[in-house]
Amino acid sequence: MSADLSAIFYLISGVLFILALRGLSSPESSRQGNFFGILGMIIAITVTFLSVGSFSSGLIYVLIFLLIGGLIGAFIAYKIPMTAMPELVAGFHSLVGLSAVLVAVSAFLNPEAFNLGSQGSIKLGSLIEMSIGATVGAITFSGSIIAFLKLQGVMSGSPITFKGQHPLNALILISIIVVTYFLCSTQSSNLFWILLSISFLIGFLLIIPIGGADMPVVISMLNSYSGWAAAGIGFTLENTALIITGALVGSSGAILSYIMCKGMNRSFFNVILGGFGATEQLASSAGKEQRPVKSGNAEDAAFLMKNASSVIIVPGYGMAVAQAQHALREMVDTLKKNDIKVSYAIHPVAGRMPGHMNVLLAEANVPYDEVFELEEINNDFANADVALVIGANDVTNPAAKTDPQSPIYGMPVLDVEKCKSVLFIKRSLSPGYAGIDNDLFYKENTLMLFADAKKMTEDITKNL
Amino acid sequence: MEIDPFIFRLSIFILSIFIGYYVVWSVTPSLHTPLMSVTNAISSVIIVGAIMAGLAGNSDSAFTISNILGFLAISLAAVNIFGGFLVTQRMLQMYKKKKKDK
Repeated sequence: MSADLSAIFYLISGVLFILALRGLSSPESSRQGNFFGILGMIIAITVTFLSVGSFSSGLIYVLIFLLIGGLIGAFIAYKIPMTAMPELVAGFHSLVGLSAVLVAVSAFLNPEAFNLGSQGSIKLGSLIEMSIGATVGAITFSGSIIAFLKLQGVMSGSPITFKGQHPLNALILISIIVVTYFLCSTQSSNLFWILLSISFLIGFLLIIPIGGADMPVVISMLNSYSGWAAAGIGFTLENTALIITGALVGSSGAILSYIMCKGMNRSFFNVILGGFGATEQLASSAGKEQRPVKSGNAEDAAFLMKNASSVIIVPGYGMAVAQAQHALREMVDTLKKNDIKVSYAIHPVAGRMPGHMNVLLAEANVPYDEVFELEEINNDFANADVALVIGANDVTNPAAKTDPQSPIYGMPVLDVEKCKSVLFIKRSLSPGYAGIDNDLFYKENTLMLFADAKKMTEDITKNL
Repeated sequence: MEIDPFIFRLSIFILSIFIGYYVVWSVTPSLHTPLMSVTNAISSVIIVGAIMAGLAGNSDSAFTISNILGFLAISLAAVNIFGGFLVTQRMLQMYKKKKKDK
C-alpha cells in the first residue's frame, strides 16, 4: 500500500476517533460512538499491516502477541467490578505509557527501520520527538502505577511527603531538560537510558505526595499525559492517526483535570504539589471539642423518609467502598412505590474519578434522568424534605460557604443543610479527607446513622 | 520555498487539540468515566508504532531487541484496546432511561 493511501486511511481512523468522543455527548449516541472508535482502531491496525507489506515470519508473532494481549484485555473487561473502575483506568494508563516507552526505545535502537537516520546519527527533529515521547510515556507509566497502588489500597492513600520534596522534584525536572539537550547533541545511548530512568523516577515522586481524594485530578492528568506520549511517538513515526489521537486524548484529560480542580476550588498546582489534608488533620484532632450529635437507627430514618414527599440522595466515595449502590436502588424503589419523589445529586469530585458515582448508579439500574449534577439540583434542596447523604462528607460541608478560614472555603458544595432534615450514613464521626469537621453533623435537623452504608440501607428498606 | 512536512504535522496536532477541546466540553458529566476508558482505548492506537517496530527491517527469522520490544508493546497496547473498548461498551449498556410504565 502506498504511503499516501495509508496516510488517508490513518486520517479516516483519526476522524472516527473524534466521532467516538462526540458520541459521548449523550447516553443515546454513546454506544454508536464506541462503535466508531472500534472501527477506527480496526482500520488503523489493518492499514499498518498492509503498509509494512513484507509478510515475513514476524507477522505470525505480531498476531500471537496481539491475541495474547487482546484476550487478557477482554477477560479483564468482563470480570472487573464497576467499583474498581478507577484502578482499572489507572492500570490501563500505565500500559499506554509503557508501550510508548517501548516503541521509543525500539526506534532509538533501530532508527533505519523507521526512516529516522542511522544509529548514532538520528535526525535531530526525530530524536527530540522520540525523547519527548519516551519521557512523557515513562512518567505516565510510573505515575499510573503509583495511582493504581493507591486506589487498589496496596499503598496507603494518605499523602507521602518528606523534606526537600519540591526542590528534589524541581531538580529532576531540570535535569530531564539538560539530559535531553546533551542527548541530542551527542547521540549517546547512555544518556537515553539515563533520561528514561529519571523520567520513571519523577513519575513516581510526583504522585506519592497526592492523597486519595485528589485521585480524580491525578487520573485525569495521567490520562492527558498518555495522550501527549502517544502524540510524541506519532511525530517520531510521522503518523497522523497517532498525532490526532494523542492531541484528542491529551486535551480531554486536561479538561477533566480542570473540571475536577474547579470542583474543589483548588488550582492545578495546589493539587500536584500535594500533601493536602496531611497537616490540617493534626490541627483539628488536637483542638476538637466534644459536641452533641443526634444519632438514630434505621427505624428513625425509615420513618422520616416515609413521611417525606421528596428525597434527595447524595452519594460519595463511601457508597463505592461499601458497594451499597444496589441496596440503595432497592430502597429507592420502595420509596417510589409510596409515591415519594427521589433524585440523586452528584458532586463533580465525588468518588475517585470523574463520573465515578454515575457509573455505579447506572450499574444499579438507576435511570440516568434521575441523576443530577450539582448546578442542576442545588436549588432543589430547599424544597426537599429529606437529604440522605451516603458516604459523602466534605462535598456537603457548609463551611465552604461560610468560613473563610476553612481549607475548603470557596469549594462548590451541595446545599444539603437547606433540607428540612438531613440523614448522614457514615461509619464514624471522623472528619473527611480535608481533615475538617463538618458543622452539619451537629445541626438540629441532622440525624447521624452510624453504620456500614450497605447494611444501613438494607435495614432502612426493611423498616419502610 | 518548500514547507517542512513537520509543519503540516504540527498543524494537524494543533487543530486536533482544538477539536478535542470543543468535543470534550460537550461530553455530559455523567459519562466522564466512559470518556476516560474510551480515550484510553483510542490512545492505544500506539499499537501502530508497535507493529512497525515488531516487523521492522528483517526478512530473515532472527529478531533484534528492537523487534522484541515491539512485540511486547503490541501485547500491552492490545490489552488496552480490547479492555478499553469492551469495558466502555459494558458501562454504556448500563445507562438507561426511566421506563415509562413503572
